[in-house]
Amino acid sequence: MTIADIGKIENMECLQDRYEDRDITDAYTSDLLSDVMANASEYSVLITIQAHKNTVAVATLVGVPAIVICNNRPVDDDVLETAASEGIAVFRTAENQFQSSLRIGEGLKDL
Amino acid sequence: MSSESRGEVNPLETSLRLQELVYGLEIRKVMTSEVITVSRQTSMREAQALMKQNAITGLPVTVAGSQKVVGMVSMNDVMNALEKGKMDDTVFLWMTREVQVLHDEMPLSFAIAAFNKYPFRRFPVVDKDNRLNGMLTFRNINLALIRELSQQLNKMEHLIEDSEEADIFDLVKVYSLQQHDFENGGKASTEIKKFLKRRKVPSGVIRRVAVACYELEINLVAHSLGGMLGFDINPERIRISANDLGPGIESLELAMTEGFSTASEWVRSMGFGAGMGLPNVKKISDEFEIHSEPGLGTMILSIIYLKKENGKEGDNDDS
Repeated sequence: MTIADIGKIENMECLQDRYEDRDITDAYTSDLLSDVMANASEYSVLITIQAHKNTVAVATLVGVPAIVICNNRPVDDDVLETAASEGIAVFRTAENQFQSSLRIGEGLKDL
Repeated sequence: MSSESRGEVNPLETSLRLQELVYGLEIRKVMTSEVITVSRQTSMREAQALMKQNAITGLPVTVAGSQKVVGMVSMNDVMNALEKGKMDDTVFLWMTREVQVLHDEMPLSFAIAAFNKYPFRRFPVVDKDNRLNGMLTFRNINLALIRELSQQLNKMEHLIEDSEEADIFDLVKVYSLQQHDFENGGKASTEIKKFLKRRKVPSGVIRRVAVACYELEINLVAHSLGGMLGFDINPERIRISANDLGPGIESLELAMTEGFSTASEWVRSMGFGAGMGLPNVKKISDEFEIHSEPGLGTMILSIIYLKKENGKEGDNDDS
């Protein structure tokens, strides 16, 4: 599964598309940034409802190249700008973290 | 990046660096060790004579033997006694009994906070057994500043000489962080990560450094009244220090317990305050130190070795 494949998932909207496409090897679902920081692996997609600048900072630090924002939470433009400058893709969906994780899990099965 | 090339030193950064260096010094390295004391039975007249002879304005009153500080007698107390014609009274009757002591192992930042908080101009410094070990006045702090300043100047001159090396590994940088400025929380960590990545530091080590800086950075923003995050990197190790001027941690034991947090609802709603920060920093550090004093501040030090054989195993990257 690549980052671009995430955008093909039903109801998934791409909010920030200035990224370099690459393989996603894992996913991490959490709304606690310290937990993401400590436990998410590099090249994972982060599934969360935290849609602020610090989510991007954590993704940058951990090496997460894509973020999926659940429950249609609003995402400010400056968050997307920061993500663009770091080359991190940002997607959004109306589904919750569990449903999104299932869908991405499907995509990761092919690995 | 000019901030990373050591030939060009930004004056603001230098002064922050200096502040950070001075803040991090142990009080005992700065205090006056030779202290003139009086006992409770000393007369006010003798106390006044001692102050005059030694050109000082205050004396700690100690219990002979235990060296415990029970009061401070100042020039003011002498004047009050003189006015009442009571110069033959013992200092015990005239001294100030509310004494704020500082511990000799505290960082100097705590002392600076104490000078701001209390009306006193001199603080007795005690050792871990509460025995008087020295005195600290603002003069000591000024001297320490001057000493660090001249050392930094020497270093800077030295740096300008050998700044031609392009891929230099050494970096000394300090970031100033404001309370609740989550917008910029993560900026310092991101810059440091990039610095290390360009220098091909193994990704496991970078990950550990990133965890430590980020958690310390967010701690400063979320919990402190504002503070500084300092980096001192050389080919051997990365030293990360966080200094703040308050409010300090009530219980270090609780603060180091996973799951414990004093974060506000607002901080929690942003995905912080799960009580993982400090335990995580400790976990990934090769050396870890924390000092805190309610009302005075907190100082945290995390050292991560770059030479593999000395350090912890890198955090596993599944990639």
